[in-house]
Amino acid sequence: MIEVIDAERCTSCDICVNVCPTNVFDKTDGIPVIARQGDCQTCFLCELYCPEDALYVSPFADETQPVDVVALKRTDTMGSYRRAVGWTDDTRDRRGVDRSYLLFGH
Amino acid sequence: MTIPTHRAERVSAPAGSVEFDADVLVLGGGPAGTWAAVNAAERGARVVLADKGFCGTSGATAAAGTGVWYIDPDPALRETAMANREKLGGYLQDRRWMARVLDGTYQQSNRLADWGYPYPLDDRGRSQRNSLQGPEYMRLMRKRTKQAGATILDHSPALELLVDDDGAVAGASGVRRQKHDRWTVRAKAVVIATGGCAFLSKTLGSNVLTGDGYLMAAEVGAEFSSMEFSNPYAISPAFGSVTKTLFYGWATFSYEDGSVVPDAASKGGRSAIARALLQGPVYARLDRADDDVQHQMRVSQPNFFLPFDRTGIDPFKDRFPVTLRLEGTVRGTGGLRIVDDSCATSVPGLYAAGDAATRELICGGFTGGGSHNAAWAMSSGTWAGQGAADYAAQLGRATGRKLSSAGTIAFRSRSRRAFEPAALARAAQDEVYPYGLNYFREASRLQGALARLDAAWRDVSEADAAGEADVLRAREAAAMLATARWMYRSALARPESRGMHRRDDFPDLDDRQRHYVTTGGLDEVWTSVRPHADVAYAEAAE
Repeated sequence: MIEVIDAERCTSCDICVNVCPTNVFDKTDGIPVIARQGDCQTCFLCELYCPEDALYVSPFADETQPVDVVALKRTDTMGSYRRAVGWTDDTRDRRGVDRSYLLFGH
Repeated sequence: MTIPTHRAERVSAPAGSVEFDADVLVLGGGPAGTWAAVNAAERGARVVLADKGFCGTSGATAAAGTGVWYIDPDPALRETAMANREKLGGYLQDRRWMARVLDGTYQQSNRLADWGYPYPLDDRGRSQRNSLQGPEYMRLMRKRTKQAGATILDHSPALELLVDDDGAVAGASGVRRQKHDRWTVRAKAVVIATGGCAFLSKTLGSNVLTGDGYLMAAEVGAEFSSMEFSNPYAISPAFGSVTKTLFYGWATFSYEDGSVVPDAASKGGRSAIARALLQGPVYARLDRADDDVQHQMRVSQPNFFLPFDRTGIDPFKDRFPVTLRLEGTVRGTGGLRIVDDSCATSVPGLYAAGDAATRELICGGFTGGGSHNAAWAMSSGTWAGQGAADYAAQLGRATGRKLSSAGTIAFRSRSRRAFEPAALARAAQDEVYPYGLNYFREASRLQGALARLDAAWRDVSEADAAGEADVLRAREAAAMLATARWMYRSALARPESRGMHRRDDFPDLDDRQRHYVTTGGLDEVWTSVRPHADVAYAEAAE
């Protein structure tokens, strides 16, 4: 489930509020808030659309997890999904590297 | 080609609501809904697409990667592709529809390439088109839907259909969750593309898929077909949401003590996993993937690795606990019955596409993976959009029609008993999640579940209308409950094992039951059987 909106990185663009398919976030006068965490379906799409790598979705789908944001930001986890699918400027070449055709028929 | 665009018109409406006048209203913004919207708009229709979440991230496809049943137009290859599926699907496919869908999928995939979808090139430089990355695909489909001139309403779940005096479907209304108001779209035709029902099981991307479109369609008398084929379960880490059954083809499954679960496999051995899970925890390790396969998995489906990378598990070396999450009719083959080539339903003005519609015509009683569902979504979406646009054009000016709301449950004030959506949703889940009820079916267990589900339906039918804050959850829960009842009533009407439907009390396929089970109704659920096309033709020739 979504656990972190990092106040240092977030620019209040509200993209996450718009793109979340289950309407988990609310807009505020400042940065968005996680208003309905229990509705999160752990699809990671908010992370993918966040241009600032300010979000972190914990892989635990059914329970909340305490997250040490300072430690998390020392790793390259935030934004890792976006880079892996080629949705950042310097990873664009990864958009066309799907090798599923080699895996089908196994 | 420049297409003249005609936009749906926003008309004046009372405070706290917005209203649009359109030719075609599409409910649902996944692959089927966006293909329907694009194609209806290209035929000159004024289109509104309303999605429960955000068109582009909503639904089972956007969060995942999916295979596509894309076969080059070589007669021998196509023949093999169709023949391969027949036994698996229990001989309920229709060859004519399979051929149509293979053609449709080929054409739509070529359009995706023209629109800039980044299909990979293989070592020989050939474009490989039998797989789509969900986020990339659906981001592109949102863009094309807007470019086609359709008006998109995001975070705008439909709650009920509108009908005219003759019972033809003439629009829908719902809520705009982020604007805290209501929407109404008057339309000449409606396409239901709201997906299947996965009962809030958190199988990847599926929690928006609660059967809402089924409930609305049932309220105007639509019929369903193949609802007994509604019990696929997908493998995921026990703690996580990412289901990617294909990759578990390289897994070894084991019990707590490390010994191997006999006959367990992702393909053709999932029931052994379900049986083992009834006894205790089951673990997987993808230890049969060599370095090349590991690399291909990483680049093909990065989100598969998020749960592992973020918990320090190496899925190729470490054992991790797995579970089976119910996918219901999202990967089952049941849904709204299609009555003609334009994907019309049995109700005038109402069309169905994607997982909301039955996939029996190309899959019979088994899908196996996303590939056929993806092919069906792009093909049926295209036909439903075109069919709805043509129906709207033929209807001409439909001014002066008197429209009424068709919603029933959660809208009627009946007593002083509150509607409790969360409890109702759990009541439905309790009957459809257990492997002992749904995966492995048997008459007395099905009857027991149905008695409880029917009682819950009677109970909630007498509850008060849900309040503004609860009405969406109330309708979702009611849709799940209705879906469970169609599933199990249909399962009882098929005393044999065929496709994914397996009966402990009738373990074999019965040649005399090569037919479809139709179902419908809300207060009284009914079933009947329809002959398979081949059987009907054979009888006609006698």
